[in-house]
Amino acid sequence: MSTPGASGMPLLQVENLSTAFRTSRGILRAVDEVSFTLEKGETLGIVGESGSGKSVLVRSIMNILPRTALIPPQTKVILEGKDTRLLSRAEAKHFWGTQIAMVFQDPMTSLNPVKKIGTQITDPLRFHLGMSKSAARARAIELLDLVRIPEPARRLNQYPHELSGGMRQRVIIAIALSCNPKLLVADEPTTALDVTVQKQILDLLENLQRDLNMAMILITHDLGVVAGRADRIAVMYAGRMVETADTKALFRNMRHPYAEALLKSIPRLENPSHTRLDAISGRPPDMVRPPAGCRFASRCRYAQDRCVAELPELTTAGDPDHRFACFFPVGTPEGERALAANLAAGQTATGLDLHAQAVS
Amino acid sequence: MAGSGKAHLRNSDDVLIKVENLVVEFPAGRGRVVHAVSDISFDVLAGETLGLVGESGCGKSTTGRAIMQLPSPTSGSVTFDGVEMTKLGGEELRRMRTRMQMIFQDPVSSLNPRRKVKDIVAEGLSIWGSKVGTFSADRVNETLEAVGLDPEIVSDRKPHQFSGGQCQRICIARALVLDPKVIICDEPVSALDVSVQAQILNLLEDMKARYGLTLVFIAHDLAVVKNVSDRVIVMYLGKMCEVAPPDALYERPAHPYTKILIDSIPEPDPLKADHTQAVIGEIPSPISPPSGCRFRTRCPNVQDVCATEEPVLREIGAGHYVACHFPNEAPVRINA
Repeated sequence: MSTPGASGMPLLQVENLSTAFRTSRGILRAVDEVSFTLEKGETLGIVGESGSGKSVLVRSIMNILPRTALIPPQTKVILEGKDTRLLSRAEAKHFWGTQIAMVFQDPMTSLNPVKKIGTQITDPLRFHLGMSKSAARARAIELLDLVRIPEPARRLNQYPHELSGGMRQRVIIAIALSCNPKLLVADEPTTALDVTVQKQILDLLENLQRDLNMAMILITHDLGVVAGRADRIAVMYAGRMVETADTKALFRNMRHPYAEALLKSIPRLENPSHTRLDAISGRPPDMVRPPAGCRFASRCRYAQDRCVAELPELTTAGDPDHRFACFFPVGTPEGERALAANLAAGQTATGLDLHAQAVS
Repeated sequence: MAGSGKAHLRNSDDVLIKVENLVVEFPAGRGRVVHAVSDISFDVLAGETLGLVGESGCGKSTTGRAIMQLPSPTSGSVTFDGVEMTKLGGEELRRMRTRMQMIFQDPVSSLNPRRKVKDIVAEGLSIWGSKVGTFSADRVNETLEAVGLDPEIVSDRKPHQFSGGQCQRICIARALVLDPKVIICDEPVSALDVSVQAQILNLLEDMKARYGLTLVFIAHDLAVVKNVSDRVIVMYLGKMCEVAPPDALYERPAHPYTKILIDSIPEPDPLKADHTQAVIGEIPSPISPPSGCRFRTRCPNVQDVCATEEPVLREIGAGHYVACHFPNEAPVRINA
């Protein structure tokens, strides 16, 4: 699906993105040296638990962080050759919406409850594109039709509370698409919705993205959501990207123990009922005082002494597009040896009890 | 989907909860009525986990709450351990409720932010302890340990110092402390990350085994419900569509709606690209539900008779019941 631009330049280039926040307990490093590129029309799935930094990452890209956020000068976010970090507030106003748009998690609170749907869709059209009232209204009807809302003309005069959650998320998608953005960021767009509605919304996003040749970043905590939808996946843990690859390559040769554990924790329909789930024991580290070594080490079944002492950088093995940050990757001889040694010892280098994990 | 009928009720001495012809309606102003639950019947055996699954608005939470008499149903009967709950009032009902507890969807907002964990968990004991005879200072610590929290560390903390998964553990401890027979879990994992979801589901299974609990597990995700349940009821717009053991439900979904629910679950494998049809349209208003089968407005198998005649639950396999005029006769097995 990805088609490099005519100039050969990617649509979005993120280099060494780090974001920290000053808190009463000290500096909290929410995102730590993340780099990636996104081509026109491509979908990138960003997967991780709550607190892994995935939402802060995209808010940093959009430049919509609170003023307390600290971003070092070497961080570069380049959209079509332009560094978004250098935009003035006035320039940024016409950057959001026309270049990059966002769909948030909660459709109940993303819309203004006291404004009609029609006003909320026509506002960006009139502000960004200078449309007349009647032209904006006609375009709004087209947009609602595009996101498959029945009776679009009638909806314009309704308020958000008159629509169901799924319908509201469709309206939000219509607003996000109104000014033809080049990049759509969807931050957990279906987490607050039922599974049936989730499927409808994900199908809708996929179709729209293909028809409009728009790039998309899809953020989720569920690997199942991005498996069939994203061209590429980046797995994040504790502020760092731990594995990234083409979706098929990632699922075929999952290298990072965290990515593997995340996949295994999903309850599968084909398993008989009362199948014990492989939960990931423990919790993510405190990002005010992150561990010196690999941040997943304390929960990892493969952890060795080296993992505690040294922070692994993203590396490749064979496929240059498949990068992972692990000293003992899953499915490699080193990884197998590390796991076998830990299983024999009954615990890992960080003291994680593997026998207890198997039963409790 | 009509799902009236009682063919699926079991005649067993182990029946702990029996719900018959349950109707719950709420006034919606100007003389209108929300038909939240319309004439459903089911039973739960002691030690069993009953899964209730369906979309928002299908009445699954209302059904769970009606068992607790929160509020009492509009009509119908709920018996718990042989006692008719709908006839009880005041002190008797309060005493009865100590044997049933609930866990809710949002673990953070279901805990009082200004109280310490030990006080939250001990609340039931401080009210009932002397009367039910289980009160002891160690009971709180023992329960916290059972749910995987270290009482030394957590007792004096307040809810905001915990993650969502840990708050759900506190809620489970609070539910367990009075040694109930039944726990009604209303979407206990839908607000949690998948990795934490697995921890909580495993914990519920452990607690069920350790304390001999009976669970009513309410959720919208069939994969989650299947994992924990012994019997699953699929609900739609206040009615029952299908009742089955979870493995049969997944292997041979008879009701068209069940099939749609199964197909909606995202497959964590890019090679099994899914091109299945999503459910069409929106759930109709429970103020004026469709006549006949309530699912007919969105059903791929719909015929004329569905608008006039409400299907009744009938047996199609061992313990497998469906309320549909045109169930999927040769259900396609989705390969594992």
